[in-house]
Amino acid sequence: MKHVRVWQFGLLAALLVFWHLMATPGLLPPFMFDNDHQAAFFFGEPLKVAGRIWAWFVIDADIYRHLGVTLLETLMAFAVGAALGLAGGLWLALAPTASAVLDPYIKAANSMPRIILAPIFSVWFGLGMLSKVALGVTLVFFIVFFNVYQGVKEVSPVVLANARMLDASQRQLLRHVYLPSATSWVFSSLHTSVGLAFVGAVVGEYLGSSQGVGYLILQAEGSFDINTVMAGIVVLTAFALALDALVGRIERRLMKWRPKAGETERL
Amino acid sequence: MSVDERLPSDRGVLAAGRASVRAPALALALAGVSCTFVSKDDPGQRYTAVRDVSLTVGAGEFVSVVGPTGCGKSTLLNVGAGLLQPSTGTVQVFGQPLQGINRRAGYIFQTESLMPWRTALANVMAGLEFRGVAPADARAQAEGWLKRVGLGGFGDRYPHQLSGGMRKRVSLAQTLALDPDIILMDEPFSALDIQTRQLMENEVLALWAGDERRAAPGSARSPSGGASGASGGLTSRKAVLFITHDLDEAIAMSDRVVVLSAGPASRPIGEFAIDLARPRDVAEVRTAPRFIELHNAIWAVLREEVLKGYAQQLKAA
Repeated sequence: MKHVRVWQFGLLAALLVFWHLMATPGLLPPFMFDNDHQAAFFFGEPLKVAGRIWAWFVIDADIYRHLGVTLLETLMAFAVGAALGLAGGLWLALAPTASAVLDPYIKAANSMPRIILAPIFSVWFGLGMLSKVALGVTLVFFIVFFNVYQGVKEVSPVVLANARMLDASQRQLLRHVYLPSATSWVFSSLHTSVGLAFVGAVVGEYLGSSQGVGYLILQAEGSFDINTVMAGIVVLTAFALALDALVGRIERRLMKWRPKAGETERL
Repeated sequence: MSVDERLPSDRGVLAAGRASVRAPALALALAGVSCTFVSKDDPGQRYTAVRDVSLTVGAGEFVSVVGPTGCGKSTLLNVGAGLLQPSTGTVQVFGQPLQGINRRAGYIFQTESLMPWRTALANVMAGLEFRGVAPADARAQAEGWLKRVGLGGFGDRYPHQLSGGMRKRVSLAQTLALDPDIILMDEPFSALDIQTRQLMENEVLALWAGDERRAAPGSARSPSGGASGASGGLTSRKAVLFITHDLDEAIAMSDRVVVLSAGPASRPIGEFAIDLARPRDVAEVRTAPRFIELHNAIWAVLREEVLKGYAQQLKAA
């Protein structure tokens, strides 16, 4: 298993070399396009993409503002969406009547392709950050909401009865039994919900904005600058991976009570 | 001694039989309790788990309830705990009618009841915390209780890192830390292997008896109750209502054994005073002639019910 990393990087390198060979004009005789500049036009060139990223981060250093905006939108969308989802999930799971009444509305709201709300949010909140945050919130809310709902419903009845016998008040049950149980479900959905907050921010920017990485991609696309579009995609992917790793780290810290298979050490 | 202690099995007479000879205060008294469950999917379908049960536990008395599987033993315990409202009948705790959760009782559950997100120590602290004990104080008390159940060094482990027996000990510490006057146990050791089980049984008996020494140091009670005084009634030791399907366990641990009939609508059909000397070792006491005598007497009553319960299960399947 030690060689997994080697293989992973090898595969990446092979893909990059393949891309470079196929797309760079003049390296191979054209066999799919009439003109050997067409491949570069459609697929971009890895060296130019790398150059673009280098310029963004080092030479011009002008991406930080956009990246900051996108990340801020992501974090706000995630925080607001998760808080609302947690509150809504706890409330509906513990109030059967409200849950029964609202059930069809929640199903409808969840089935709706919510990306389509972006134009409405642009009208309501303008082209600034708020409309992107709103879009992200609608995406994150349902993921967290359903997981918390499930988490509260699946609290072990024995653990609950035990806490009641130990004289826990309703508030203490919520704080010490329902919430921790729901949290484990929230964390299992955290990877998805952080990813969706990011999607909400970028898609929102792409549909209309004056800053952010989505805006950069939109601009480049307008001038058929595929290399910059590719560079934007690479940067977004890298940051999505970084966010995911961060979530994984937080999860490991907070979820250490959860049993893991095979904790023995080989000597 | 050779007289069969079995009381008349008519309902109601059982309830009347005990009070005159028991301690002045009854820790727990169920009178005429019936529990009928209504099926959620089909409201027309009803199931009566227990019917017209009268059961008492004196202060400081160790009472076991035995019966075939599915006879509503746990239902009775939940009624006594206040977790379940009986359809009819009353529950009294130390003379007071029970409303809501029984705050003078601790409950040891059959299955896992520890909060998996809390360490062993935090689990033992939980009840104290809920009652508003200051954290430092609660921690000190919880550490003391973990030591008493033999888990002094395991406070920082999470439940999944402990063995089944250890988890049961943590549960025990968790419940005892609140110093309840009544302990309700629902087949607490049924998931443990036989060796661990006997160890735990002896430990529970020691804790139960030790509590008396701790709580009432100058008590004039003789250490071995003998045939005359298996239940003193003067002590401040805890009352225990112990549910089990294991007759050996019931006899080895209890002052009194109550036999329930097979379900549905089960009710007590026999009651036996266990006059074996204390302190007992649950493994050794099983070879005592009196133990075997009692076992035979109770088994004669229980056997029929077990067979009846089994036949019903077969019919339902």
